Amino acid sequence: MATGSADEGTSTEGAPEPTRRELLDLALVGAGVALAGAVGYPAAQYLVPPIAAAPAETSVVAARASEMKPGSGKNFRFGDKPALLVLTPSGEFRAYIALCPHLNCIVQFRADLGHIWCACHNGQFGLDGSVLSGPPPKPLEALEVVVRGDDVVVQRA
Amino acid sequence: MTARATGGAPRPGRLRRFIEERVDLGAMRHLLEEKRVPKHRLSPLYLLGGLTLFLFLVQVATGVLLMLYYRASTAEAHESVRFIITDVAFGDLVRSVHAWGADLMVGAALAHLFSVWLLKAYRKPREMTWMTGLLLMMIVLGFGFTGYLLPWTETSYAATRVGTEIAGTVPFLGKALRTFLRGGDEIGPVTLSRFFAFHVAILPAAATFLLGAHLLLVQQQGMSVPPSVERAAARTGKPPASIRFFPDFVLRDAIAWLVLMAVVVSLATLVPRDLGVPADPFAPVPAGTKPEWYFLALFEILKLVPATIARVPGDVVAVLAMACGGMFLMLLPFLDRPTARGVRSPAFMALGWLALAVFVGFTGYGLAL
Repeated sequence: MATGSADEGTSTEGAPEPTRRELLDLALVGAGVALAGAVGYPAAQYLVPPIAAAPAETSVVAARASEMKPGSGKNFRFGDKPALLVLTPSGEFRAYIALCPHLNCIVQFRADLGHIWCACHNGQFGLDGSVLSGPPPKPLEALEVVVRGDDVVVQRA
Repeated sequence: MTARATGGAPRPGRLRRFIEERVDLGAMRHLLEEKRVPKHRLSPLYLLGGLTLFLFLVQVATGVLLMLYYRASTAEAHESVRFIITDVAFGDLVRSVHAWGADLMVGAALAHLFSVWLLKAYRKPREMTWMTGLLLMMIVLGFGFTGYLLPWTETSYAATRVGTEIAGTVPFLGKALRTFLRGGDEIGPVTLSRFFAFHVAILPAAATFLLGAHLLLVQQQGMSVPPSVERAAARTGKPPASIRFFPDFVLRDAIAWLVLMAVVVSLATLVPRDLGVPADPFAPVPAGTKPEWYFLALFEILKLVPATIARVPGDVVAVLAMACGGMFLMLLPFLDRPTARGVRSPAFMALGWLALAVFVGFTGYGLAL
């Protein structure tokens, strides 16, 4: 204690010695921070969900070619994602991940409009997946379509 | 008190003496015997906070009852709510009161917020009361957002998709925030468990803590007298009139609570709430899907935001604007310098009316569509 005040050479008589007090304060705060960290880190990590091993779908039979009329669409499941198959009026199959790039709503084919539509914020997409109007910032993610006999097979492009 | 007036202090009952020898009831006695509430032409607005509190209590009571039958799994959630409505005695009433109570609580909280804003009740020394109140408003909206998903219906599924995706557009933190809310990349069983935990444990804990602080501050500081009333009192030299908290103000509170209870129960009985069809995570969003009314203004504004604004995605701009709006509201008592100095503050008054008009206007527009 005596050396502490002598080293500093600034302490006045009667004033409390700061160094030991400060060291103890620092130790207390440090221990508090360490404790909070030891409790908080596992808790925070617990809140982050583990990455689920999503079924990595490579190809799916989306529909039977004979059941689709030209100018129609069908929502189907592509692995863990919703997807949309469209048969254009000219008889061409197209498929997209059915998630609107705006705010992730699931889109659908609307026969009365003749193109793809999102019910949430009125985003509209052409049959080639491009944005026609509304808030979507980019086109739909396209999938590859292969027709094998009567099966319409959709796979990652 | 009446006994005292007729002569001599009454001998406290044995139970009361037993308690008073062990617990200091000074604060309680002050509340019952000395506290006064200002009375003027705007004083009915003082009831709004209490009405919000009443609806919160209704939500707690009906929520606890719903929890006894509700099952938080994607396979069972919708069916368990259907079971409550159709099979449990008074289940349709309890569930409908909970749904209507939620709507009315958001409405009461918003009315309370705007009345405090327009009457400048946030000015010194009530800045912290305003801030805890604003946090409570956010928690109330959180209750609405998380509770909406629980019946696992088509529309609630779509609303949660959009809501969590909006959180996902926050710069830098967005993806982590979205994953935290959803419990993964997609909305699924984990999301439902999380939302259930938020709705019945985490948000209630936060709400109880903040509500305690809010009510303590209100009790300590008393009701704010609007500046216009204060100025009028200063002109005439008469102090503003007031009534006793107990029993006069409590009586008014009680009448308002009873009327509101009648309103809630009438709505719940005469206009029962549809359950809707179960969610299908791979089906397209049905046409005409709208969020709950209190998110409708935001929803309509979001529809108008262009895809990009000055090369920045429109959603990001919108989310940043919302965050700035929230920060602005939080700091309102400190930003409103004129009111803090005790002079008129027409700019902040106009801003309050403008915010109210935008909210009411877009909500009405959304409802009319």
